[in-house]
Formats: sequence, C-alpha cells, structure tokens
Amino acid sequence: MSFGCHSLVGLLVLLAASSGAAGRDLRVCSDPNNLPFSNEKLEGFENKIVGMIARELNATIEYTWWASRRGFVRNTLNAGLCDLIPGTVSGMDMARTTVPYYRSTYVFVTRPDATPVSSFEDPVLRTLRIGVHLIGDDGFNVPPAHALSRRGITNNVRGFSIYGDYRESDPPARLIKAVANQQIDVAIAWGPLAGYFAALESPPLRLDKVMPARDEGFPMTFPISMAVARGNEVFRREIESALSGHRAEIDAILAEYHVPRVDSFSQIARPIR
Amino acid sequence: MSVIRLKLFICILPLLIASATAQPSHPRPPATAVPPDDGSWAMPAKNFASTRYSAMDEINVGNVKNLQVAFTFSTGVNKGHEAAPLVVGGTMYIVSPYPNILYALDLTQPGAPLKWKYEPKPEPAAQGVACCDVVNRGAAYSNGRVFFNTLDGNAIAVDATDGKEVWRVKLGDINRGETITMAPLVVKDKVLVGNSGGEYGVRGWIIALDTGSGKQIWKAYSTGPDSEVLIGSEFKPYYDSDKGKDLGVSTWPPNAWEQGGGTVWGWISYDPDLNLIYYGTANPGPWNHEQRPGDNKWTAGVFARDADTGQARWFYQFTPHDVHDWDGINELVLLDMEWKGQQRKVIARPERNAYLYLLDRETGEVLSAETFAYTNSSFGVDLKTGRLRTNPEKEPKLNRTIRDICPTAPGAKDWNPSAYSERTGLLYIPHNNLCMDVQTMEANYIAGTPYVGAEVKMKPGPGGNRGEFSAWDVQGAQKRWSIKENFPVWSGALATAGNLVFYGTMEGWFKALNAETGELLWRFKTSSGIIGQPITYKGPDGHQYVAVLSGIGGWSGAIVSGDLDPRDGTAALGFVNAMADLKEATTKGGALYVFRLP
Repeated sequence: MSFGCHSLVGLLVLLAASSGAAGRDLRVCSDPNNLPFSNEKLEGFENKIVGMIARELNATIEYTWWASRRGFVRNTLNAGLCDLIPGTVSGMDMARTTVPYYRSTYVFVTRPDATPVSSFEDPVLRTLRIGVHLIGDDGFNVPPAHALSRRGITNNVRGFSIYGDYRESDPPARLIKAVANQQIDVAIAWGPLAGYFAALESPPLRLDKVMPARDEGFPMTFPISMAVARGNEVFRREIESALSGHRAEIDAILAEYHVPRVDSFSQIARPIR
Repeated sequence: MSVIRLKLFICILPLLIASATAQPSHPRPPATAVPPDDGSWAMPAKNFASTRYSAMDEINVGNVKNLQVAFTFSTGVNKGHEAAPLVVGGTMYIVSPYPNILYALDLTQPGAPLKWKYEPKPEPAAQGVACCDVVNRGAAYSNGRVFFNTLDGNAIAVDATDGKEVWRVKLGDINRGETITMAPLVVKDKVLVGNSGGEYGVRGWIIALDTGSGKQIWKAYSTGPDSEVLIGSEFKPYYDSDKGKDLGVSTWPPNAWEQGGGTVWGWISYDPDLNLIYYGTANPGPWNHEQRPGDNKWTAGVFARDADTGQARWFYQFTPHDVHDWDGINELVLLDMEWKGQQRKVIARPERNAYLYLLDRETGEVLSAETFAYTNSSFGVDLKTGRLRTNPEKEPKLNRTIRDICPTAPGAKDWNPSAYSERTGLLYIPHNNLCMDVQTMEANYIAGTPYVGAEVKMKPGPGGNRGEFSAWDVQGAQKRWSIKENFPVWSGALATAGNLVFYGTMEGWFKALNAETGELLWRFKTSSGIIGQPITYKGPDGHQYVAVLSGIGGWSGAIVSGDLDPRDGTAALGFVNAMADLKEATTKGGALYVFRLP
C-alpha cells in the first residue's frame, strides 16, 4: 500500500481541459483520494467522465478537492465552491440530481478459491468472517449491515470505517483488500469500489450481487447521478444532455473500471454473476 | 378578618426571615474544591466542584438593572462561540472556535486592549471532520500557564505572561476522524484532556499530561480490555451490571469496541478530599444499535478515577446500550448534603435522558433520579439496579416512522453547563424542549457509497417552546421555577451571591434573573446568538464585571454559522428542521461582551 500525502479539504487545483481555449469553467468538487471514483491525479472514472463533459461543453475544468465526509455537499456545492458533483445517489436531498447515468449494486466479494455467497439467506453467513463498511450516520449504516443485523448476524461482522485513515490511498479500499489478505472471508461492498479493487488482486476476487435486491425496505441497488445546486436547472439540463449524448463512451469507461451494472442504460453492461 | 390575617402574617414573617438567612439545609460544594473567592475565574466551571457560582455581590438584585457595557472585543471568527472567558491577575484569556486563537486582553488598561494573541494554526482539514460545528469550550489557567486544545487534536500550554508556546503535543489524528473540542482541567500537576469524534468510529479516551512538559502520565480508554480502561483492583462499581472482567470488550460484538465511541468531550470535576476526578463518556458508535447488542460499556456513563493514577474507582451508566445518541458528557456538580438523615457526598447531574441524578460520589450509587424535562422515551430509573427503564415504543427503528420521540438526539440538555447557588440551593439548568419524528428513509451517499438514513426532524416539545431555563431544588428534588425560551437554551449558566443568575439566548439576549424567583431583572441584546458560558470577575479596579462570548453556532446554531439551508430539515442531524427561523433571529459573528455597574 502506498502512503500518499493527502489533504482532506480545501486544495484547489486548476487544470486546462484538453479542448484548449475554452470560454467557460466547469467547476467540479471531488474527493482527491477515493479511487475508483476520483483522485488528484485524475485517475478515477468520474474524472474521465468529467473530462468528457468538459470537451462537450468546451469548458476548462476547475477542481476543488474535498474529502467526501459528512458535510461534503454543504461545504462544497452548497457553499458555492463548485457547480458539479460528478457522483452521488439519485434523488439525494441536499442538491438537485441529474437523471442517473448508471446503476450498481452491493456485492459479496470472496476469494476465487472459496465457496461463493450470493444471498443474505445463506446459512454460511452465520460462520464466515464478514466485513462491511461503517458509516455511523445517526445510527444508520450501509444496507447490507442492516440486512445482517436483522438476521441476528452481528458477532462475526467486522466494521471497516468508510473514512478509514486518510493518509492511506483510497481508504475505503481496505475492506476489499481484507478479503485478499484473508483478514475476512467475505466483504459486502458497493459495486464500483468492489469491482475495481477486486480486479486488481491476483487472482481477481469474485463478485456476486447480493440477494434479495431489496431487503425489508433496504435497497441494495442504487441509481447514481451527478448533482448540481438546487435551482441550477439550465446547467443540469446541459449535464444531462452531455451524459445522454455520450452513453457509449460512459459505458466504456465504467466497463474499463469493472463497475458492476444492474441497469438497462447500456447494452454493454459488464455481466456479473 | 383583617386582624386575624395580620396576626398570621406577623407570626410567619420571622420564620421566613430566619429561613432566608440561616439556610440550614442547602447542599454545599466541598470546601476543598471551592477555595475562597478571590474574584478570578481560572477554569470554565470556576472551581473543581463545577458550581459556576461567584461569591461576589457588588452586582445584585437591587442594582443589576443599571448594568451596562464596559467594553467589547471581536474575535474575528464567525463560528459558534461556546467557550468561557478566563480572568487571572488583570488579564482576560479567550479561546476562539477554529482556528482556535488564544487572545489575552489587558484589563488594567482602558478598553482592555489586546496584550498578545497566540495562533496555533490548526490543520484546516479538521473543519471537515468536526461533527456539528468547529467549536471550542475554553481554556484552563494554572500556575502561570494557559492550557487549551485545538480542533485538530493538539493540547497546548502557553505562557500566560507573554503568550509564548511552552509545549504542544499532538493527541488526536484528524485523518482518523479524531478532534478535540473540550476544555481541559488542570488537577495538581496534570492537565486532563479527552477526545471527540464518535461519529467517525473513534475510540474514546481521557489522558493526563504533565503540566510542565506535556508528557503523558496516564491514558484511560472508554472501551476495550480492563488494562486499557485502567480498571484494576480499586474498581468497585455500585451496581452488579458494572461488575465483571473486561466488560468493555464482552458487552460488544467482537472487536466492535475498537471503534466504539465513548469519547470524552465534556466536563471534568475533581474532589480533592477523595482525590477523584469525575467525567462522562459519550454515546456508543458508529454501528447502529441493532448491530451492537449489549450494554456497550463504558459509553454513556460517568467514571470516577484516581487523579494520580487514572485507575477507575467506580462507573455508572446513565444509558446502557444507547439508541438515542445521548452522549453522557454533561457537567457534574459536586455537593455535600443531607440525604435521608445521612450526610452524603453527591454529584448533581442533569442528564440527556431528562433525569436529574443525585449520585453518591464515593460509591456511584444513584440516590435519586427525577425528571427535569419532558420525556416519553423512558419511565424512570430503577434505584435497585440503577437501570434506566426505557420505552421500546420510542426507540428509533430502521425503516419505520416513529413520531414524537422526546427528548431528541441532543437530549433534554446538551453540553452547556448549569450553575449551582449555595445561597438558594438551586441548580440553574439551561436546556432543551425538543421532540422528533424519525420518518421514512432517504438516500444518502458518502465516500462513493450509497446508503439510506433516517429522516430525523426535530420540533418543539410540549408547550411549543424549544428551550427552557429551569431552577431545580437539589434538596427537594423538584423543579422550583422555569422560564420558557423560544429557541433551545444553548448557553451556560452563572450564579452569584448577588442573588442573580445569568444566561444567554440564541437570539442574542443576555439575561439576569432573580435567583430566587426567576424574575427577569435585566437584559441586553448582543450582536449574535449566545451559546457561550458567562463568567464574573473582580477587575483590577476592584469592581465586579460580568462577561460572555456572543456568536451563534454549535449543533443547534449551525443553520446560521454553517449557512445551512433551512429547507433541508435534516441537515445538522435533523436539528435544522427545528431551527429554520433562527436565521431570521440572528446573524453570525463572534464578540466578547463585558458588563459593569455605572
């Protein structure tokens, strides 16, 4: 694991988009340290899609880097630091979200030599060492954590802070790496993170989407959108137009990052088991 | 008729006078914890017993109506100002919210000009980590030094004369979500500091540093094995539920204690006779309650520890297996009183769960627990087991709408400390009157991961007022009077021998009441909402002054200081819904106000 020096907030980076002489700025707020979504080196799939939008709008990208923690939307988009957040859950309350551009699912992540898990009803979940992300927002956590506790599965569940140690690269990835290095037997993680880091292991880890897809009202699949400030309707439509006009390009980017898809937006969605 | 009435009056009058002057039965703080009042204010709670009571009476019920501004000072910071100013030897010390500037004002000069300032320059990243606002609850003065903490997890000692840094030690790591907002307490040659950040899965601790060097003397965690909680042979808890080996491990699912919360961001008291410190631990986290079955020791309770070694003497858990986010960090007021014919050393504690506890501070036994605010989430405290009798119908449940849960997450009373007057025998409690609905879930997203959370909406409790300032008869274990306030009362209280009690409102009113009756005698509108802790001191001119920091913010005031959108009722953990009109009542901006008689 590499130990980069990351700033949690407030680092402003100005970048010229490849399209060159542009008449406008595309001001974007992103996490500088959270692959596969984004990072300061612009290696995330959101960075790539933002680049594509900037070319479409003939705009220069201006990134404000801010760790994605509680208050992210309030401190960035809603504080006027930027006009666009390239990834958030559709319908999120604090901002206006675009139509979704992909939909993914929580997945079970196992080592390829282990018996796969695909359902919360699988009795093996009572004995395996399970890892999930911890959010702890007013006592709420990721949906799989609730699916487990609802079934009385708590003693063999280990929490990995979604925030992690921010000095490390991509702190949420610790959960997936814990499967590879056998700290846990199965991780239940959000698809894009799982898909990207599972593929980096050798041999790659196995993904199975969780079943049921909705558990006692807790959804396991979520549509993902970009977000603009409330009231910024013209800009939102521009973004939606750019997204729909580049559907194939977006699908290719998401496939390149091994994002598990459960949507009908694309004909080339990467099949998952 | 009239003759008879007159006779009666004459008979009763001498009795009234006698009871008013002799005050035979009022509880009193232990003398060793409350030295004779020299007019200084060297720690936020004034003294080790945390009474926030001054023996000065130059300003009193007769003349307080003439109180006027002596001087003001802008802190230049727009966040919530929760600190108490300190005054020692002709200098006033105030610490601002982030960026935690320590100012020294020269009280010997007209207008109290700036003597020096010390800027610790905390890491900007800490702002993004603090849960509710970037507050600081004050400094402590001891032996020529001022001690305080920074949001990014440093404890600092500064020379009180020239503002030069004496030592600075990094105790918390913001990369792991750890911050420090509490005011330290200096006990003998140790400065005591605790952490914040339970929302991020931080494991709570309190640490004792050498005042001379900043070196760690002991450190006690709030969760985990006995060896790390500093539980040993001296540990004698009163109730069976606190007896057993490594309960800080076994009352959790495996390893959940490692990120179990129980941070120490509130108040510490000290009994010099028993050589024990007392402090509360915050709520368990960050698992939701269904995922952490068990009592979750040692969160949401109070520890008594040996001041020299840190070894625990007893523990009492106000809220076992907390499901409401009730941090048990409120103030602990040390009093000696007669209880059922016996002289007892007690702690008076207004707790989040709406009960005013009297605890025996030698043993941890609950002597009484009576409600000082409205609650429907519990039915009292079982004095045999010490256990809160909770109402399962008001437990927040996942994916279910539950209406009218009272009190709310900040509790019947949050961190803002009460004051105790040994003259009236009353504890003056600034508190909340809020209920909440936990409604259908809403989609949320953090660090690339979607999830659903509760839509928490706070609202005024019974009566329609959101705040209250109550006078509690400690001996009689009942409320004597209370003042309704429109907004939650988020300031501290101050009581004086002038038979006055002071507090501030979130609109910005600074008020003086008759301490016996609650009658409003004087008020002054400051420039911003008040969430700070008022103090009083004797100036270099020999006269009494009263000081308070104005500057809205904090959890309840974040709608103003954090520019939250009033349409987003669930921002600031659901508090914004109850506070939407605060933006019309005040604006942000930190300023010190100091008052005196003409």
